Amino acid sequence: MSKTYHLTTPLSDETVEKLQSGDIVYLSGTIYTARDAAHKRLVDLLDAGKELPFDLKGAVIYFVGPTPPKPGDPIGSAGPTTSYRMDSYSPRLIAEGLKGMIGKGKRNKDVTDACEKYKAVYFGATGGAGALLGKQIKSAEVIAYEELGPEAVRKLEVVDFPVTVVNDTHGNDLYKIGREQYEVK
Amino acid sequence: MREIAYEEIVKNVRDIIVYSASNLPEDALNAMKEAYENEKSPVSKEVLKQLLENADIASSEARPLCQDTGLAVFFVKIGADVKVVGGLLKDAINEGTEKGYVEGYLRASTCEPFSRANLKDTVGYNLPAIIHLDIVEGDKIEIEYAAKGGGSENVSRARVFPPAAGKQGVIDFVRECISDAGPNPCPPLTVGVGIGGTFEKAVISSKHALFRNIGSVNDDPEMADLEATIKDELNKLGIGTMGMGGTETVLAVHIEANPCHIASLPVSVNVQCHSSRHTHITI
Repeated sequence: MSKTYHLTTPLSDETVEKLQSGDIVYLSGTIYTARDAAHKRLVDLLDAGKELPFDLKGAVIYFVGPTPPKPGDPIGSAGPTTSYRMDSYSPRLIAEGLKGMIGKGKRNKDVTDACEKYKAVYFGATGGAGALLGKQIKSAEVIAYEELGPEAVRKLEVVDFPVTVVNDTHGNDLYKIGREQYEVK
Repeated sequence: MREIAYEEIVKNVRDIIVYSASNLPEDALNAMKEAYENEKSPVSKEVLKQLLENADIASSEARPLCQDTGLAVFFVKIGADVKVVGGLLKDAINEGTEKGYVEGYLRASTCEPFSRANLKDTVGYNLPAIIHLDIVEGDKIEIEYAAKGGGSENVSRARVFPPAAGKQGVIDFVRECISDAGPNPCPPLTVGVGIGGTFEKAVISSKHALFRNIGSVNDDPEMADLEATIKDELNKLGIGTMGMGGTETVLAVHIEANPCHIASLPVSVNVQCHSSRHTHITI
């Protein structure tokens, strides 16, 4: 049976280990945005032994490229983008301390293996609910790669940001479990 | 000869882009409500509820439904008795697109294929638009517009089958495409299927099929039957809303069929996410 949690970032090993695929989580605190282009740069920095624009320990990264904010708003519409494009970079960031990723769609085995080994979770947010999700973001600040436009790294403050655990630290996958239940062979 | 001013086209295009970004058309909204009623999985039902709530917020607060405000795709029919004055039709559509995306606070999503450099400051904000032009009888310009997101475009496929593949070959190909895509294209989906023609004709037909209103019936009874068969097959996959598992994976299957070469059976599958932002105007 799915449980509901209210969690605040950064996340600890102990916290992510109790989460199970299908659990609903309302996240509050600081999260960071990054898409493919930013991920590539973050991994390049790690390879070069340089410091990242934010601390990965216990961090949560949101795969999103928001629309520009209207005057007076911190951010525009901000729903998740498809996550597999980050698959080649995520395991490296997880090994360095990343505890949560928010996106939509399937992850590959390298990512889910890293989630088990280093204790991290992959959360799904509702794709196409950009207006609703954008309203849970209370502030946004570009902290790196401004020239990437929508793909720049942003520091977000969120309150009760609704996500569902897709891949937990125990090797479960909500997309498989859910589909098997309703598939007509 | 009827004269239509360049600026009038720019304004019309700008307006439909801004409106479409935050207002789900009635056919898509009704289909989502129906999916919500029919869905058996409590998880998918909850997500559908969130999406209907999202549509409400987007419309009442004029916020984009989704952060992926798409590439701007147009199918334009220009009457042979129309003369556009003050500039070229394609330029007017591109200018209206740029204005709409800038003034509507929509996302600039066009980039170079390899460097991935955004084109907003070079070619133009979310330019170029994708424009399919046709010349027809009459003195009007008919514009069909859709904002096409990347997630659903990424799982689309085309293949040329041998004629012996037949209807079953088409059904299997579409099923394989949607099954492999799983949660990625943001279901519940509209599935455009282009059949026949040449390779590119099938692809363009599958795109154009997505512009048809959800819930409308195919004029060709044979294709209407095939649409129903494929829809049933796809809903057996169990993918559900956003891949969470469920009974409502596909809102509609739309087929456009064309005569083809005696040697081939081209088939194209173009996928549309649940946020089917499409509209149709006549100037």
